[in-house]
Amino acid sequence: MKPLATVRIAGRALRRNKLRSLLTMLGIVIGVAAVITTVSIGAGARAQVQAQIDSLGRNVILIFSGSVSRGGARGGMGSAATLTVEDAVAIGREVPGVAAVSPDQRVPVQVIFGNQNWYTMAMGEGGNYLQIRQWPLSRGDMFGDQHVRASAKVAVIGQTVTEQLFGEGDPVGQTIRVGNVPFLVIGELAAKGNSVRGEDQDDIVLIPYTSLMRRIQGTTNLRGIIAQAEDTGQLSATQEQITSLMRQRHRISGTKEDDFTVRTQEEIAQTAGETSRIMTVLLGAIASVSLVVGGIGIMNIMLVSVTERTREIGIRMAVGAKGHAILLQFLVEAITLSIIGGVLGIALGVASSKLVAIRMGWPTLTSFSSAVIAFLFSAAVGVFFGFYPARKASLMDPIEALRYE
Amino acid sequence: MSPEDPVISLEDIRKTYVMGDVEVQAVRGVTLRISRGDFVALMGARGSGQSSMMNILGCLDRPTEGRYFLGGEDVSGLDRNELAEIRNEKIGFVFQGFNLLPRTSAIENVELPMLYGRSDLTASEQRDRAARALDMVGLGDRIHHEPKQLSGGQQQRVAIARALANDPALLLADEPTGNLDTQTSVEIMGLFQELNSRGITVVMVTHEPDIARFARRNVVMRDGCIIRDEVVARRLDAAQELGQLREARQMAEVVP
Repeated sequence: MKPLATVRIAGRALRRNKLRSLLTMLGIVIGVAAVITTVSIGAGARAQVQAQIDSLGRNVILIFSGSVSRGGARGGMGSAATLTVEDAVAIGREVPGVAAVSPDQRVPVQVIFGNQNWYTMAMGEGGNYLQIRQWPLSRGDMFGDQHVRASAKVAVIGQTVTEQLFGEGDPVGQTIRVGNVPFLVIGELAAKGNSVRGEDQDDIVLIPYTSLMRRIQGTTNLRGIIAQAEDTGQLSATQEQITSLMRQRHRISGTKEDDFTVRTQEEIAQTAGETSRIMTVLLGAIASVSLVVGGIGIMNIMLVSVTERTREIGIRMAVGAKGHAILLQFLVEAITLSIIGGVLGIALGVASSKLVAIRMGWPTLTSFSSAVIAFLFSAAVGVFFGFYPARKASLMDPIEALRYE
Repeated sequence: MSPEDPVISLEDIRKTYVMGDVEVQAVRGVTLRISRGDFVALMGARGSGQSSMMNILGCLDRPTEGRYFLGGEDVSGLDRNELAEIRNEKIGFVFQGFNLLPRTSAIENVELPMLYGRSDLTASEQRDRAARALDMVGLGDRIHHEPKQLSGGQQQRVAIARALANDPALLLADEPTGNLDTQTSVEIMGLFQELNSRGITVVMVTHEPDIARFARRNVVMRDGCIIRDEVVARRLDAAQELGQLREARQMAEVVP
């Protein structure tokens, strides 16, 4: 008995019962489509989070001034303002794995141009800040070290600020007031979108940290420092070196708590990625349940079908079908149904992910591997749930089966 | 093998069914030889053991005791799969209820035994052979009809074509005319006689003495034993009978 003959026999049997074959397939179609869609949504969300994390820059290490407790009440991160510009300089000079370092100071301010005003975040940074953040300009230039040394009144503004103050106009060369100080706009940042926390990263005014600290804020302490490690593999080693340097500089000994926090991009990525990963697993698990239910549907209908087709089985055995030929026929029928169902399910799943992306604006990402896995899984469902009914059919006694009404 | 060599040789066949504590002896020592080219009607009342005999002859069941030689081969000790091969290659079945696959064309029904065979026929060779078999039973123009589009007699012809598909040594018919009217029954008997005249051995179980008279030889069973085994003295010829039936009908039309 040739394998091709089994496929022909099974194919004929399925064609004889088109409606039943379609209904059986439906469970698998819906199951696979649900898995593909949810996995696409999950993968899309993860990709978005990853893009946001990448927008932080490359190999970034963030140092925040730590919390201090006064009389038992603890302030938040940065409340103590324990960091200084000298700390930043020391990190750049003494930690070997650090490629670049910039003080990072922020204060909310009102910006004014003509009769327009906008409330935004003034960020005081070093001249190399945009390299650390991997952030291109759309117009003009970034300020340099000479501007920082001179506490120059120059600003590079984000797209949101441009929109609010200038509308469609070109901001470069214009003078805006930051707080009450006039600043010359020398550049505009390219759009960056939302951060991991959902903040608009384009709603900023970038000025030299010296200008911010002296001219606007009047402080000598830093909220934070942003550093860039030379190489991704060295990220955590560099993090440790920065920590020990800072403990030394701040004279923190033994088991005393740090008055600062050092976090790497990887750690931030892990925290943010975890949420979307859990969501994907949860959605996938729910969708898999529907796939299993689809499989049970196949088994159910195959069992009914075996009983209903008892006489057919008897006829086949009478003309010389062996037990394993019957087993193979029913198994091939089940697998054929689940494979065709799987293919249709993949098509439906891809279509519905696209629909979700278009209608709901969610980012979806359908990967080839998720389609392959769904396909293999549906074939496995066919084998698994088809085997019991097939075996039941193959063990029938031909005389009993022929007599069955 | 000369024509006198038996196709079927049964030696003291016994079949006992165990139902709970009760043992039922359905066949109690049957010895029978059927030669090549014979046409045997196996008769007897319900429960006389001829159904069990039929199952054993058709290799659907094994005898509890005794030996069964089919075409010289001892098949009484074969297992399930070996019996399936014998059924496929050496035996063609015709049933009372036709037993065709529903919603399946006549030609696909006839192809069925070839699908399970060991031969190396290609799909198109199988199709040709099935078409020839259907042609032989007079249904060459209905090969794509499904069973429900065919009359009872036509369905039985499809079943006979299916039985002939693998060129068997033995055609085994279990009450082939049980569901058919007189005219159609005679037509089917005509087909059996024609096939028999071409050398196919036919064994047929029937309750109807009229039908049994189309065979060459009648074997009558009672209580699991053969009580009579005789050559049919005045054998009916189906072609002749059909002619008489037609005449009778014409008479009925003329004389209301």
